[in-house]
Amino acid sequence: MIQDFITIIQDYWLLLLIGQYPNGPLGGLANTLILSALAIAFAFPVSILMALARLSKWWFLRWPMTALVYVTRGVPLLMLILWCYFVIPLWTGADVPSFLIMLVTLVIYQGAFLSEVVRAGIVSLGQGQMDAARALGHGYMGAMRFVILPQALYNMIPSMISTFVSTIKDTTLGYVINVPDLTFAASQVNNQLLTQPFQVFLILAVVYYILCWSLTYVANSVERRIARRRAGPRNARLPAEAAPLKTITEQL
Amino acid sequence: MNGFDLSAILNNPEYISMLLHGIEMTFIIYIGSWTLAMTLAILLLALRVSPLRIGEPIVAAYVSYHRNVPTLVQLMLWYFGIFTLMPQGLSDWLANNNAEAIFAVIGLGLCQAAYFSEDLRSGLRSVSPGQMEAAQALGHGYASAMRFVIMPQGVRNALPPLINHSVSLFKNSSLAIVIGAPELTHAVKEIENISFRTFEVYMIGTVTYLFFSLIIMGIGAYIAMRADPARRARA
Repeated sequence: MIQDFITIIQDYWLLLLIGQYPNGPLGGLANTLILSALAIAFAFPVSILMALARLSKWWFLRWPMTALVYVTRGVPLLMLILWCYFVIPLWTGADVPSFLIMLVTLVIYQGAFLSEVVRAGIVSLGQGQMDAARALGHGYMGAMRFVILPQALYNMIPSMISTFVSTIKDTTLGYVINVPDLTFAASQVNNQLLTQPFQVFLILAVVYYILCWSLTYVANSVERRIARRRAGPRNARLPAEAAPLKTITEQL
Repeated sequence: MNGFDLSAILNNPEYISMLLHGIEMTFIIYIGSWTLAMTLAILLLALRVSPLRIGEPIVAAYVSYHRNVPTLVQLMLWYFGIFTLMPQGLSDWLANNNAEAIFAVIGLGLCQAAYFSEDLRSGLRSVSPGQMEAAQALGHGYASAMRFVIMPQGVRNALPPLINHSVSLFKNSSLAIVIGAPELTHAVKEIENISFRTFEVYMIGTVTYLFFSLIIMGIGAYIAMRADPARRARA
């Protein structure tokens, strides 16, 4: 049994790492990481705009965004992927690669979830910060840019990392529309071997475990640091339990 | 492709029965895995708070595995991997009894148990230790203090994340399509393949998921409201 694992890894480590890259599209673990990093990089500004729209005083910004967030929270990611897979080529009239479709889906999905985190971060600062910034002569934009968002986003860093983790886990769903990611590479390996599905999928699970576990570890230590900084120098020795941050993430 | 026409799907009895079967299977998977998850979560929690020293690391490892490995990969490992390792008699029996749905229930349930047990644990941890001391000072034993003082508060604190995760479990039941369980997303894909009315049938599927998710959220909000002591005192 152990020998099987070693043989599979020896034979297929390159396929699992970068897919068929020089001869075909980039795939495997590298593609999973690139896809999640791009998704989170785009989802971040989108989520800030969505959060601002949800807190806006204008109903024509607030209502559609609230509806979008509720729809995204109430519909499975898989359904959203199928929608994008169907609608994006229809609208653009082009043959869009599944990688891009998955990227757009993830930006919408994680953007909606992150926007809830941003909104909670802004609301938890309290009205006083905005009032004080306005009293000092900032306009709405200036107050947001220089006073509110820097504080809200700093407190959000741990949730950002855990969103990155859940994005990595979400990319596995690209399997349904044949995005060449790690899961796809593993099922390719499985199709070539045919006789050792348990070994192949266990290796897959272990790789994801190592990846997500180490990122979660980083998130937790950053969270502790931020909690300590927020507690101020007098309470610097207090453990993180003193001020647990509310981390809102979607599991998958 | 013709114009948007929902009635082409809704007036076709064959499609409707496929959709209803899908919804039924989605609910079987959902309720089955929810029950499995909650039972396991309580067992895990009991193991964790028990004085057995071995309990803590076992539960921690269980939770860590199920939270850090994508649910899809867990399902694949169950259905494509563990299924083939089972003894012949058992796997034959499973194959004759809708193995896809059974493995969806097992995979989703085991995964969700990790989330539920963490929710319950953080709910219990937020009850101050003074409550236990006070209850014991009033003459409660450990069990009765747990039953009447700690648990009601802890479960109430755990309600919001439990509700959130119950909704996610409902949405995650759609992942069962990957191992071929005939649930709602599967039915939607099948009708799409037959009718080519992608837009309409996706719309029906999306609205159905949204409708039931909102209902689960609503039930959760109602339970949370009923559990709120301030509201109960007023009533």
